[in-house]
Amino acid sequence: MTVAQAAGKSGALEKYEAVIGIEIHCQLKTVSKMFCGCSTDIDGAAPNSHCCPVCLGLPGVLPTINKAAVEFVIATGFAIEATVASTTRWDRKNYFYPDLPKGYQISQYQLPLAANGRLTFDTSDGPFTVRVNRAHLEEDTGRLIHQDLDGRRVSLIDFNRSGMPLMEIVTEPNIRTAEQARRYAEELRLLMRTIGASDAEMENGQMRVEANVSIRPIGREAFGTRVEVKNMNSMRAVERAIAFEIERQAVAIDAGESIHMETRGWDEGSQSTYHMRPKEEENDYRYFPEPDLPPLLTTPEWLAEIKARLPELPATRRTRYREAYGLSAYDAGVLVNDAAATALFEGALAAGAGVPAKLLANWVTGEYMRLAKGEGSGGSTDPAELAALVKLVAAGAISGTNAKEIFAEHFASGAKVAAIVESRGFRQISDAGALGAAIDTVLAANPAAVADYRAGTLAAIGFLVGQVMKATRGQANAAMVQTALRERLDKV
Amino acid sequence: MNDLTRLSAHEMTALLRSGEVSSQALTEAHLAVAERQNRALNAWLAIYRADALAQATAADERIAEARHEGAAALNALHPLCGVPIGLKDLVSVKGGQATAGSKILQGYIAPFDSTVTARLRQAGAVILGKTNMDEFAMGSSCEHSAYGPTANPWDLTRVPGGSSGGSAAAVAAYHVPVSIGTDTGGSIRQPASLCGIVGLKPTYGRVSRYGIVAFASSLDQIGPFARDARDAAILLHAISGRDARDATSAPVEVPDELLKLPTSDDEAAGYLRGRRIALPREYFVEGMEPGVAARVREAVAAMEQAGAKVEEVSLPHTEYGLATYYIIAPAECSSNLARFDGVKYGLSDRTSGEYIADYLRTRGAGFGPEVKRRIMLGTYALSAGYYDAYYLKAQKVRTLIKADFDAVWAAGFDAICAPTSPTVAFPMGAKMADPVAMYLSDACTLPVNMAGLPGVSIPAGLSDGLPVGLQIIGAPWSELSMLRLARAYEGITARAPWRDLEPAELQLTDDPTTPSPIERKERLNAGASATGSGKA
Ligand SMILES: [Zn+2]
Repeated sequence: MTVAQAAGKSGALEKYEAVIGIEIHCQLKTVSKMFCGCSTDIDGAAPNSHCCPVCLGLPGVLPTINKAAVEFVIATGFAIEATVASTTRWDRKNYFYPDLPKGYQISQYQLPLAANGRLTFDTSDGPFTVRVNRAHLEEDTGRLIHQDLDGRRVSLIDFNRSGMPLMEIVTEPNIRTAEQARRYAEELRLLMRTIGASDAEMENGQMRVEANVSIRPIGREAFGTRVEVKNMNSMRAVERAIAFEIERQAVAIDAGESIHMETRGWDEGSQSTYHMRPKEEENDYRYFPEPDLPPLLTTPEWLAEIKARLPELPATRRTRYREAYGLSAYDAGVLVNDAAATALFEGALAAGAGVPAKLLANWVTGEYMRLAKGEGSGGSTDPAELAALVKLVAAGAISGTNAKEIFAEHFASGAKVAAIVESRGFRQISDAGALGAAIDTVLAANPAAVADYRAGTLAAIGFLVGQVMKATRGQANAAMVQTALRERLDKV
Repeated sequence: MNDLTRLSAHEMTALLRSGEVSSQALTEAHLAVAERQNRALNAWLAIYRADALAQATAADERIAEARHEGAAALNALHPLCGVPIGLKDLVSVKGGQATAGSKILQGYIAPFDSTVTARLRQAGAVILGKTNMDEFAMGSSCEHSAYGPTANPWDLTRVPGGSSGGSAAAVAAYHVPVSIGTDTGGSIRQPASLCGIVGLKPTYGRVSRYGIVAFASSLDQIGPFARDARDAAILLHAISGRDARDATSAPVEVPDELLKLPTSDDEAAGYLRGRRIALPREYFVEGMEPGVAARVREAVAAMEQAGAKVEEVSLPHTEYGLATYYIIAPAECSSNLARFDGVKYGLSDRTSGEYIADYLRTRGAGFGPEVKRRIMLGTYALSAGYYDAYYLKAQKVRTLIKADFDAVWAAGFDAICAPTSPTVAFPMGAKMADPVAMYLSDACTLPVNMAGLPGVSIPAGLSDGLPVGLQIIGAPWSELSMLRLARAYEGITARAPWRDLEPAELQLTDDPTTPSPIERKERLNAGASATGSGKA
């Protein structure tokens, strides 16, 4: 694969290779905050309504560890085949900012919970493995809100977010294209949702992706000057922002300009990155071990327990779908990448003994996902009902066309499949006598098509099948119609 | 009852339970003397008359109810029920101030109780008020308080020690029988020594730090001041124990025997028989006042006489204690004090319109010189490129200091005896111009914090009319046996003439013409600047 493929537009890109590292912050789905008992249910809550002395950093308060948050990071560590620390420690990252109530953030610097992991996923160029440097736990900051109040420009602080548990996952700089970067973020998001560690919605900041992007002439070892890209609020934005940045840097270097260490933001409107602030030197955060928290020992028993609780991971599931059900890699991917689709598929398989898995998968990735993503898709699907429907289709008891109608009605109203079939009178006409009458009528009414077919325009049969289906209001068994038509037309 | 303020806490307990005295009466008597004498001592930053009397009423009701229920219910009450107590002004009390002796926390009202406060409330203790201290517990004389120094009741021109000087002076002056202090490098033991009372720094992790304004998290411990070992034990019992809110508090049992130290002097003295006491030669340092060394050696000799076996030992890394302490403690404080930025509470200067400039103004105006000095020391020690050479190295030396002590315990010693402070109470202003001289006040106490050990200072007589403290250092979690030793020493010296002495200048504190410590300090400063201008 090439850089040009990722960034696309400039021939100059053939000369350069991009070096990309990704940092992702995920808000962990715990009931309480990282170091206090406050609820994490802060979405839409009034400012500063979810705070206590601890997450406000009042004088004298001390942090206590949220075990669930630690377990989510350990689970993530196992899921990315990382080394999980037997002893981990907390460090203070010291800096001054109004949204940081203690003047330091409790994080992990020297001994992260998980290190040296990897994540493999499919790209348009085949499988790719991102090496993960570390996954560690830290606390979130409050939020500054700048606004005009009584004619003055003021900054208000909402500490609801302060102390929310965050997992930071940092990759090695072994990503080479914008697509790989997006796919990595997507796969990690899926992993978070599968484990239940995070809802990882980018739109509301539960998952924040930052990219470090540099380019270098193909074949050169030394890294170029790195630029940090932020404010990417969707997966599409991740890919576009990185592609833009690679292109921008290539054009700049080709024009003899130099790249500056800086932080750039992605602007959705102009589809370009813009300068946010220079990054001359690394800040000195004066990290040191958090004296208020003893080191945490992760016993082998505890680790084994967390590992045993891990659900089936996306990669394993895709392989199983291919191998056990004969699904294509593409279908397996589409199914597994959508948690609701996976649940429906698994539920229908469990509910309907003997339901053909491959046909079921087609229904889930086809009709279900189409409806679920549709306008105002307030509907739902009962896995058992979908299984019943697919079995009717497989048995030839109802036509594909009618099955889609039945499914749509079930999706919208929740009515049972059997009831819909009954009330609509959908029953496939597979009776040769009944079909024969309809076929005779159609043949008599369409002499031109009959003549075309006999003259060698075999495609005319499609038109005739359609006419029979129309005459039977879609209830005819299309395969039987075609066979019967051929028999009659070829006979004479 | 001639003067209720002369009672010890355990004497109060007995009288309260028998109904001979009410907590109301006790509280009123102590409030009266504290209010009357505070001008001359400046031991209190806040006196909570109304709240204290309300708590006393509640305690009286609890005691009456228990008495009605019978002896078992009465014994189930904590001995501190109805007993007045003072808290160092860095202990959070819901609805009250917690200035930590600093201007930067002026106006801050704690919206929650510290765990120590909650446990004292549960015991039924009556919180009389908040005591003066060196700013953020940094200092050894109480002169670094933003609210003026505290005077030593033995000599009002001298310091009470620090940082918990207010708590020590209040107990020495009979304003309360017991009080709470904190000890990061000697801040309980050194003022106890200088004020002639008992002060105990527990094993690190014994008492929850939740709600105590932090100085240096890995060194801070909360502990009792009292006028005798039994009262110190009772207060320690009330505040000790694992707290889910403090991850560094240890799940170690609190022995109920702390409430049952011997009442009889002879019985108490018997505990010394066969005890092995170590005398570390490095603690009799150069610069130690001969009178102090003499009293300590006499105390140890008296213990030997009573059956203890005393041997000299070496704690070879003692000389590095001060240097390493002044890296670790400032490093932690530079981070702990970062939260005082004027954004959320306390002093706030928002005139610049730019947040970093506002921080600088707020912190510049809010912190005193000693606090600034330590923040700068600590920030430097943690900076990139210096971390390994200072902070990390200091942590390594810290483990060596701890190993010195471990060797003593491994050799089978029950306790280490040493001076608490190299000097008796020194005159106000004597060490303010020389930070290192001030730091040396804690040379004998801070290694104990570095090792996380318990240590208690008990009165061991006078030198030039001023109290000398004997420090007893124990193995981790050995507070009970340390206090039995302390009680034993009280037993063998019960008839010593100095035991009957009250602080020499206590009478002066009732005299309205006696200058207040704030006035004394102003005079000193005026004198110093006069000298200064003379030089210029
Ligand atoms: Zn909270």
